[in-house]
Amino acid sequence: MSNKLYVPGTHPDLPPPSNTVGVINWLKTNLFSSPTNTFVTLVCLLFLTQLLPPMFNWLFIDAAYGGNSRQECVAQGSGACWAFISERLNLFVYGFYPIEERWRINLAFCLLLVTLAAVLWDRIPARKYFLAYACIFPFIATWLLIGGLGLTEVPTSDFGGLMLTLVIGVTGISFSLPLGVLLALGRQSELPIIRVFCISFIEFMRGVPLITLLFVASNMLSYFLPPGTNFDLLLRVLIMVTLFASAYMAEVIRGGLQAIPKGQIEAADSLGLKYWSTMRLIILPQALKISIPGIVNTFIGLYKDTTLVIIIGLMDPLGIGRASLADPAWLGLSIEVYIFVAIFFFLCCFSMSRYSLYLEDKLVTEHKH
Amino acid sequence: MTITKATKLEQDRQPCIIIKNMHKWYGDFHVLKNINLDVSKGEKIVICGPSGSGKSTMIRCINRLEEHQEGQIIVDHVELTNDLKNIESVRREVGMVFQHFNLFPHLTVLENCTLAPIWVRRIPKAEAEATAMQFLQRVKIPEQANKYPGQLSGGQQQRVAIARSLCMRPNIMLFDEPTSALDPEMIKEVLDTMVELANEGITMLCVTHEMGFAKQVADRVIFMDGGEIIESNTPQEFFDNPQHERTKLFLSQILDH
Repeated sequence: MSNKLYVPGTHPDLPPPSNTVGVINWLKTNLFSSPTNTFVTLVCLLFLTQLLPPMFNWLFIDAAYGGNSRQECVAQGSGACWAFISERLNLFVYGFYPIEERWRINLAFCLLLVTLAAVLWDRIPARKYFLAYACIFPFIATWLLIGGLGLTEVPTSDFGGLMLTLVIGVTGISFSLPLGVLLALGRQSELPIIRVFCISFIEFMRGVPLITLLFVASNMLSYFLPPGTNFDLLLRVLIMVTLFASAYMAEVIRGGLQAIPKGQIEAADSLGLKYWSTMRLIILPQALKISIPGIVNTFIGLYKDTTLVIIIGLMDPLGIGRASLADPAWLGLSIEVYIFVAIFFFLCCFSMSRYSLYLEDKLVTEHKH
Repeated sequence: MTITKATKLEQDRQPCIIIKNMHKWYGDFHVLKNINLDVSKGEKIVICGPSGSGKSTMIRCINRLEEHQEGQIIVDHVELTNDLKNIESVRREVGMVFQHFNLFPHLTVLENCTLAPIWVRRIPKAEAEATAMQFLQRVKIPEQANKYPGQLSGGQQQRVAIARSLCMRPNIMLFDEPTSALDPEMIKEVLDTMVELANEGITMLCVTHEMGFAKQVADRVIFMDGGEIIESNTPQEFFDNPQHERTKLFLSQILDH
């Protein structure tokens, strides 16, 4: 760059020097900047060339996509036996839900997608109506899945597979957030009774493993409840999972609340806003924005923890997988089953993670550099 | 001339803030000691004093951001007690501008200005926005209405904060060191706005170290030290003929550099 002279006060904005932009330059600075860096890059490349082709072959090229037993798979190739998954796909997705009623799950799933679009995407046209619909969606979904009022009733013990994961995950996520907000605010309340209750609840829930709570939900509650009460097991699990996640949520949100400068409350007070207006309009929007990474972290943890229900006999995808592995025709295919389940969970959790990044980016109100 | 102006004020105007024998403690620490102050409607008062003298605490007591433990504070015939209704009604009528602006960073400038009118006064959104634009015009930044506070300079942010308070159409404005966090170049734009506001006749209490501002607009200058009001006088008397030793020392320190 020529160092041309300018009259003071007239220096124009110049483009950055050419050695700081471009692909070659990126490679140079990031992969081959020093002998050590070059060495590490080459070793990694070697590893990848050794690792990726066989993995790709096993997963796709040598894999068997059709067939009715493991023998038929082996005859087709030495790779993965996806025939097993495709044969059991319905079981993985719907659990033991009656076959002729499975359209209800499909419908509920489509309605869930519409709800998610309305809640997560604020540029949807006529969002007001979609949000109103989102509020009644839980009732519609419950009706569709359980039945009654004209639909055949399906006992919740028939629920299973990915559908069960979604039911527990979505319920836990959507109820633990508002509950967590209330607990976090309650923990800072000036009223001792509310504060003590919230602190004890949070500390108890965080101090006990989820499995213990699930056992309590499945076995112990029947000792405490009046004899003869029939309290649905899935409902008990949903409540426990939600309460458990809400305790973690409360602490994440408390972190966000504490990061808001006191001046924000003072400004709101000085304008005459009442407590709930201040929280709803000023404090929570900012606190939740800061807490997004922690909130989504808790969501993802909760979502994966749904697999623990296998311990009290609910058939989540892992449970279905283990049951399927016991089939004599398909012995020894655990890798395929676990890869399949892992992909399902990864897709869900990765989407949540990406959405949280999108949201964080969207909520930036300062200069973007 | 200033003396007659002051006496005229006292005769013509009824007090809109009465502080009587007010004390405040932070734990064991006695921050405000026996504060007595009457402020007439339309009066401009500048409060100065060394840091830690209790000036900010005192004006924060007027809209109950701080609670006093003894004595009385009556604002527009409403006494400040633990009664939330009273506190809310006082806060609706008293605007406040802070040292660090305290704008709501997640809302645009316009939303900052319309929030309280919409949610506290229940004014329709369109009307609140029209009012807000009018006040933004008055503080000379209507073109920034749709930006976020983080995108504005300090001086602009403080002017937005003034506009935000004015949108509630308060009878009384409290300023808590409004220019202390600003670069010298921006102090003037904020002071100009405040002078303009003062000339429109609003009641104003301002904690500031801007002595030029005090001379220009104040009806009364109050000097505080150690939690007490040491001296209270017209600006002319205060600067030219300070009565108290402590005041003389303070003035010599801030004026001699």
